[in-house]
Amino acid sequence: MEAPSRQSGTGEPAKAGLARWLFFLYLPAVFKGLKNTFFHLVKAKGHRTFTVQYPEERVTVRKGYRGEHRLKKDAEGREKCVACLMCQTVCPARCIRIIAEEAPWPDRDKRPRIFEIDMLRCIYCGMCEEACPCDAIELTEKFNEVSTSRVDKIYTKEKLLSN
Amino acid sequence: MNEILAGALRAVVIFGAVMTLVPMLVLAERRIAAWIQNRVGPNRVGPQGLLQPLADIVKLAFKEEIIPAKADRVLYMLGPFLAFAPAMLAFAVIPVARDFQVADMNIGVLFVITVTSLGVYGISFGGWASNSKYSLLGGIRSSAQIISYEIAMGLALVSVLMTSGSVHLGKIVESQSDIFHWNVFRQPVAFLIFLAAAFAENNRLPFDLPECEAELVGGYHTEYSGMKFAVYFLAEYVAMIVMSSLIVTLFLGGWSPGFPLPEGALWTVISAGVFTLKALVVLFLYIWVRWTLPRFRYDQLMKLGWKGLVPLAMVNIVVTGLVTALWDAISGGPA
Repeated sequence: MEAPSRQSGTGEPAKAGLARWLFFLYLPAVFKGLKNTFFHLVKAKGHRTFTVQYPEERVTVRKGYRGEHRLKKDAEGREKCVACLMCQTVCPARCIRIIAEEAPWPDRDKRPRIFEIDMLRCIYCGMCEEACPCDAIELTEKFNEVSTSRVDKIYTKEKLLSN
Repeated sequence: MNEILAGALRAVVIFGAVMTLVPMLVLAERRIAAWIQNRVGPNRVGPQGLLQPLADIVKLAFKEEIIPAKADRVLYMLGPFLAFAPAMLAFAVIPVARDFQVADMNIGVLFVITVTSLGVYGISFGGWASNSKYSLLGGIRSSAQIISYEIAMGLALVSVLMTSGSVHLGKIVESQSDIFHWNVFRQPVAFLIFLAAAFAENNRLPFDLPECEAELVGGYHTEYSGMKFAVYFLAEYVAMIVMSSLIVTLFLGGWSPGFPLPEGALWTVISAGVFTLKALVVLFLYIWVRWTLPRFRYDQLMKLGWKGLVPLAMVNIVVTGLVTALWDAISGGPA
């Protein structure tokens, strides 16, 4: 960039104008940018590849991740749920459908005959888990379950108990 | 007769080499882009994604060819090939190895400059014939851009011709036989101007306004699909290879490895390798710059061209003339 400066050299104001004109060729910024992307290219200065090669590599979720639901069982293998409808009431996406029936056991009045969660509507907020008075429903860390139809995405009681 | 045959053979060799280089370049561009953006890039088709270009070509070949209603059919068909042919044609005069070029023209530089700027017709015709506002805007931008940057490019060239003393590409290479005589060191300002103008001429970022996918959908090739789109793509990459070869020839010593080349057929082959290597370095620079700089706004582009590069190139010519005259006066005779 010596060529234009050799031509001028007529004092301060011209120099300021010339400096501005040279800056306008963007060269300092260009070289700075090229330096930066080069470090990215060779993965120097702590840059690394972020891509997860999905089928071979999986991300590990943190503890407390809100994935698919599970219905818990008690020590005798019965579902803990007493069909109080608290989760259904609190659910902001209205994806839980419970139909109660009389429980055959003496320690509770009701149990769910149908307990369905529409996983396509669920927003995985975890409010059902918080609302449950019996600690019967919880969110697991599963997040990449595959279904081939919409019907399969409405999880039944059996599916949720074994989840 | 023999001479014609030899010329044809050389043309086939160079054509084959360029056509082989293009898919590799496309893959290299995608992988380097990914690496710069901390991604991986296409790595599934074949080992390390080496067969990806093949998959791309197969996909494009099987795509439906759509011609928009009310498009000018003749120009629409002609567009991609008008873009491709001049790019390829320019390779005829570039010496890719010692004594190896299709046509040994004594006005090589002028031929290359003339022919490469013909490529803009393909782009403007394609944009105009598509009967789409985005294509039209892309085509118009392309012609405006080429006109402005052609001037800066030509003026930068003048100072190179002044130091080399010839418009014959072979003689220009011979004048840079050792590394200290490479024009990139003797004419650094001209080199930078020429580089910027070459990016603009090839519609590469930061000057890819004819394409400009953010504002013009796809620019001049918005309406193109299938193999015609592929030919536009091909033309872009061939033009890139031509321009980087030209930069190598004019500024980086051409096929010269940096010291005077000894006689012998082996050294001729080596000179071809040296030329290819240098061209690949310039092509890497193209890709590197593309994934570094953002696109210029249209008025910024014009401002940089007319108020920045053109005056700078003119000043450079004057300075070159003065220095050459002074040098001659001191050393007594043309250097």
